[in-house]
Amino acid sequence: MKIAVPREVHAGERRVATTPEVVKQLIKLGFDVSVEAGAGAAASYADEAYAEAGASLVADTRTLWSEADIIFKVRAPQDHPTLGCHEAALLRAGQTLVSFIWPGQNPELMDKLAATGANVLAMDSVPRISRAQKMDALSSMANIAGYRAIVEAAGVFGRFFTGQITAAGKVPPAKVLIIGAGVAGLAAIGTAKSMGAIVRAFDTRPEVKEQVESMDAEFLMLDFKEEGGGTGGYAKTMSKEFIEAEMALFAEQAKEVDIIVTTALIPGKPAPKLITAEMVASMRNGSVIVDLASEQGGNCELTVPGEIAVRHGVSIIGYADLPSRLATQSSQLYATNLRHLLTELSPAKDGNIVINMDDEAIRGATVIKEGAITWPPPPPTLSAAPKKAAAAAPPPKAHGHGHAAAPANPVTTLAVMAVGALALWGLGSVAPAAFMSHFTVFVLAVFVGYQVIWNVTPALHTPLMSVTNAISGIIVIGALLQISTSGFMITLLSAAAILLATINIAGGFLVTQRMLRMFQK
Amino acid sequence: MATGIVTASYIIAAVLFILSLGGLSNPETARRGNAYGMTGMLIAIIATVCGPQVTSYAMLMLVMLIGGSIGFYAAKRVQMTEMPELVAMLHSFVGLAAVLIGYATYVGGTGDMEGAEKTIHEVEIYLGILIGAVTFTGSVVAFGKLRGMIDGKPLTLPGRHWLNLGLALACLWLGSSFINGGGTFPLILMTLIAFGFGVHMVMAIGGADMPVVVSMLNSYSGWAAAATGFMLSNDLLIVTGALVGSSGAILSYIMCRAMNRQFLSVIAGGFGSSGGGPVAAIEGEVNPLSPEETAEALREASSVVIVPGYGMAVAQAQNTVYEITKNLRERGKTVRFAIHPVAGRMPGHMNVLLAEARVPYDIVMEMDEINDDFPATDVVLVIGANDIVNPSAQDEPNSPIAGMPVLEVWKAQTAIVMKRSMASGYAGVDNPLFFKDNTRMLFGDAKQSLDSVLKALQG
Repeated sequence: MKIAVPREVHAGERRVATTPEVVKQLIKLGFDVSVEAGAGAAASYADEAYAEAGASLVADTRTLWSEADIIFKVRAPQDHPTLGCHEAALLRAGQTLVSFIWPGQNPELMDKLAATGANVLAMDSVPRISRAQKMDALSSMANIAGYRAIVEAAGVFGRFFTGQITAAGKVPPAKVLIIGAGVAGLAAIGTAKSMGAIVRAFDTRPEVKEQVESMDAEFLMLDFKEEGGGTGGYAKTMSKEFIEAEMALFAEQAKEVDIIVTTALIPGKPAPKLITAEMVASMRNGSVIVDLASEQGGNCELTVPGEIAVRHGVSIIGYADLPSRLATQSSQLYATNLRHLLTELSPAKDGNIVINMDDEAIRGATVIKEGAITWPPPPPTLSAAPKKAAAAAPPPKAHGHGHAAAPANPVTTLAVMAVGALALWGLGSVAPAAFMSHFTVFVLAVFVGYQVIWNVTPALHTPLMSVTNAISGIIVIGALLQISTSGFMITLLSAAAILLATINIAGGFLVTQRMLRMFQK
Repeated sequence: MATGIVTASYIIAAVLFILSLGGLSNPETARRGNAYGMTGMLIAIIATVCGPQVTSYAMLMLVMLIGGSIGFYAAKRVQMTEMPELVAMLHSFVGLAAVLIGYATYVGGTGDMEGAEKTIHEVEIYLGILIGAVTFTGSVVAFGKLRGMIDGKPLTLPGRHWLNLGLALACLWLGSSFINGGGTFPLILMTLIAFGFGVHMVMAIGGADMPVVVSMLNSYSGWAAAATGFMLSNDLLIVTGALVGSSGAILSYIMCRAMNRQFLSVIAGGFGSSGGGPVAAIEGEVNPLSPEETAEALREASSVVIVPGYGMAVAQAQNTVYEITKNLRERGKTVRFAIHPVAGRMPGHMNVLLAEARVPYDIVMEMDEINDDFPATDVVLVIGANDIVNPSAQDEPNSPIAGMPVLEVWKAQTAIVMKRSMASGYAGVDNPLFFKDNTRMLFGDAKQSLDSVLKALQG
């Protein structure tokens, strides 16, 4: 099958859906690849590099689309500025489009795409399950956005991030507050930290505290009991009281910190307003706010999407295209995500794709199948949320020292004991007294053995076996008692038995001793 | 020596045996425990020899001297990697001794016993010989399998369960005819059947189930001794046999649980020959790695966990493993060992090998102690282990090893798996671990690979 990679037409978009490196791998998977001339230019991938990797270059956009079986894009289809038609109009039945779609926000686009009868896979709808991580383009892009957010902030911020003591005086380190410790937030924490800033982070999900602290940042806690973990590892809307407490915390932090990066998003809803105009006013002159949620309305009240707005002396960065501003990197990661998705779609590795709706990852990504809208998918069965992961916890503890088997059903236990008692009484009614006294000893010894052995540490199981081997050589006593009885046959049998048992005793004890001597701290 | 003193000596011996097993709860007290065991044995033998029933001292001395020297020689010469073989061999001796003593008792006659007493005595003889015979041939076959003289694959005869049932019924019938005055013939026939049963039972069990077999035979040898005790009305034999029997039974139980298998299905045999349904094919590529890159990865890691398996024992690589451990520890890294309960061919096999290589036992962890630490581990080095690190036990319900507790090495940052080739493990199950993104494969003989890794670390 033929994969086409058109040039992105969205104004200011620099990314491209494949890179020369990935082209090679796609060809190895059995696909043909054609790339629109100049598609990678803005991301620093030259046409020649694509050609060298084995892709064919096509100058005419319509030809490119019409000849392809699969189309890889970054941005959702939109009106084409030079062709004078919508990109969706270039799509036809039998083709498969893979790109960001945002089906929740773009119902009209969905209708338009469905009308073509094609298959559409939305990279933003890949479910957040562990298996699908390698094709999770949202995470790849969020990672880049988080990094770039700090770089943008550093570009505007008038001071060092790191603290220094120089001959020209002391420089305090910058204080950075990250709101929302998702993928983007964690990337921002790492970047700011590596530049030497003091980093604090806040998130409504207490389970991310550990991740934040693992990056050496401070996790701000609210003295409030409410968990913010929703399905699929995303946050959910919080109660009014919680939000009030949270806002008080932000207001207090705003007076202290130099840079705020907000990454708070709730899926399918406008971004929560977390930084009010008063908070901005309370910040020091020259401070910076980077609003990663600007496209969804912004976390800050004063954000102007797509621009740097200066309000009350504070620069508020509202760029919505941070990944595109790191186009080489984001193209590379996005292209790799696409390749992984393609590998999943093509289990036979024969250059053909199968949209298997039983595969959870593919089912989630497929928003239109042969012209029928299949979005939203059924909820994911396996969540990345730690709460659910705990439910699928490892099997019950294996080693219970001192206490043996799992508690059995009491009725069964009673029945077994009753049968045992009856059998014993039955035996006692016919057996002679001497036998019963031996039997008592036997049963008690089994119980003693049972109690003692459970305390043996698993590390010493081999010495345990060799020592029990040695002491089961006690059978020698049986032979000793026989050997002096008259009769050649008996003597011979007993002598042989003694020989064997003595080997056991000597060998067993000595080898145990040898082993135990090796165990040392 | 008076009978009372003999009995008192037996009590002391029995107590010492219990203390001996109790001492094994901790490596510190284990050596003293072994000394208790030896003392107990010495007291018991001396008391018996000095007792009224023993007169032929010359014969006795000679035989015990020979036996003792053979045992001494074997214990000195055995390689730690060969421990399972030695243990299996010793089991077979107990079994054979029980058979011989049983026959000796039978030849000695039932004396003046009558009625129920006589019947019970005969049942005891019969059972003692039966258990002893099964233990004997079972252990011999186990020894052969461990040695590699017999193919490790399970032998699955058609209708083997019916065969077993038939043999058991035949033993029952022969038993009743023996008790009703059938004479020597049913006894000898039963012995032959029991020999055959022991062979067939162990032949049907696969190599991966060897730890269960070895501990099960350990248990049988104890029951054989206990049966002999009943036969001779000797309480010391009964106590000791019961101790050993329950010890082996518990070990078998622990091993079965570590593989999530039912004891009966292990004994019924044929492991790996039948899956519960279609198993998803594994896709993906393996990422091979050179010893130098392995050394590089270890050098960069701050916490390392080593998972040894039977492959380490086969390659005799434990000393190199220790040298690498020492080198890494000198660099200030945390190095620990993770031992799966059924790693190797007998319970505790890996611990003994590591102890031989002077690895301190406080960095050798059990599966439950370390399984939660894998996500925080940088590098896991899997040396010749396969089934015990197989993720399909957890996420492939149709896998033959589904539900078996495994070491979750794939949760570590990087898992380096050392293997001779891409062959599947003893259980015959494919291992998706090898295809995971964070898994690297270091192919080659474990010893040679580890030597090169060590060289790269030192160089």
